[in-house]
Amino acid sequence: MNSVHDMGGMDGLGEIDPTPDPALFHAPWEARVLALVLASAAWGRWTLDTMRFHRERIPAADYLAFSYYEKWLAALVDLLVRRDLLTAEELSTGRPDPARPVQTPALPACAVAGRLAAGSPTERAGGRAPMLVVGQAVRARNDHPAGHTRLPRYVRGRTGRITALHGCHVFADANAMGLGEQPQALYQVRFEGAELWGGRAEPRSAVYLDLWEDHLEPVR
Amino acid sequence: MPHSQDPGPQDEATGTRPQEHDHRHDHDHDHDHTVPSAIALRVRALETLMVDKGLVDPAALDAIIETYETRIGPRNGARVVARAWTDPAYLDRLRRDATAAIAELGYGGRQGEHMRVVENTPQVHNLVVCTLCSCYPWSVLGLPPTWYKSSAYRARAVIAPREVLAGFGVMLPDTVEVRVWDSTAEIRYLVLPERPAGTEGWSEDRLADLVTRDSMIGVARLAPPTGAAA
Repeated sequence: MNSVHDMGGMDGLGEIDPTPDPALFHAPWEARVLALVLASAAWGRWTLDTMRFHRERIPAADYLAFSYYEKWLAALVDLLVRRDLLTAEELSTGRPDPARPVQTPALPACAVAGRLAAGSPTERAGGRAPMLVVGQAVRARNDHPAGHTRLPRYVRGRTGRITALHGCHVFADANAMGLGEQPQALYQVRFEGAELWGGRAEPRSAVYLDLWEDHLEPVR
Repeated sequence: MPHSQDPGPQDEATGTRPQEHDHRHDHDHDHDHTVPSAIALRVRALETLMVDKGLVDPAALDAIIETYETRIGPRNGARVVARAWTDPAYLDRLRRDATAAIAELGYGGRQGEHMRVVENTPQVHNLVVCTLCSCYPWSVLGLPPTWYKSSAYRARAVIAPREVLAGFGVMLPDTVEVRVWDSTAEIRYLVLPERPAGTEGWSEDRLADLVTRDSMIGVARLAPPTGAAA
């Protein structure tokens, strides 16, 4: 979706504050949100791709105003309700509705280390055979899906060159929308600065992006 | 300072009671922690509901936080870098299959499932960003710093990397190519900084102490150690 989360190259978003900031969390609630999101992910009721899509769906003005963990919280609550794990009524009263028993067991503390160590690998054996090769010139498709996509706006329609093949990976655009994994080749593509930014490009600069085969078309 | 009408029991989310502010906190920033913020109260209410409902185990939540506070952080990445600097065979494995080579040191898992290492040289400087969210190699660097997650960094790093680097004090001459890695898919990138001069013969442990988080994101270069010949 073409919302403000797709920020690459935008102006007007303020200055970067490079001041060293060793604090991991700036308030204890941030740590609790991190933990709630990770513990909820363990249910397998949604994928990280789906969670990312729900963060992107936060209305643009809120997205810009929210801190990182505020976005996490908003998307978590949204998914909990949409997936019927909590009701709006329960959220407003703060009390479990006895008529709606829990549908998924809690991640126990003893399983945390194993879950975090396992992660969620996205590489898949098999899948569609790659149709593009390293060294080939490719154009990022000028697609504007209304759902989740990992094809940033700033590369759409731009030409680059494949620099590596990462293997076959779950296609996040499809997986986020509940359309299955659709594993396909994931390529590393180099775009020259001038191709992306025209006269505003800095000298000797390039951007590398990992794009799936469905994001790309060969340049003939 | 504003105080709530009824301070109530200790706020588990903020860990504060209004009357305890002065002797419980010795931090030097100026946030007002005397009254739990609206969001702290919301998070506490959500956690309580989810615990009461049996959806989450509070001990598991504590274990997750403890993992990122004590076990998964930039020290992991620093060990990878120091090994790569001192062991050419390891560097070779890191170039061929970074995920496996990093796993040799015991690091992997969430947000480090598929790793690539990019090497800084006198001719090439690498910088990592995620313009679509804030993807970051958690397994080797821990949780991302605030500036990395900021809209400004996500917006600027791809269009004006030299300007961004200058803001961090890294002045790149135009002769050095700058490569920006926008990690919007599921591959996570670790920058292998250049080994500083004056560290010849150093042990892996001593080298690892030199390696900073920012140098592994690409917004810093490592200076020669104090006292070492340039």
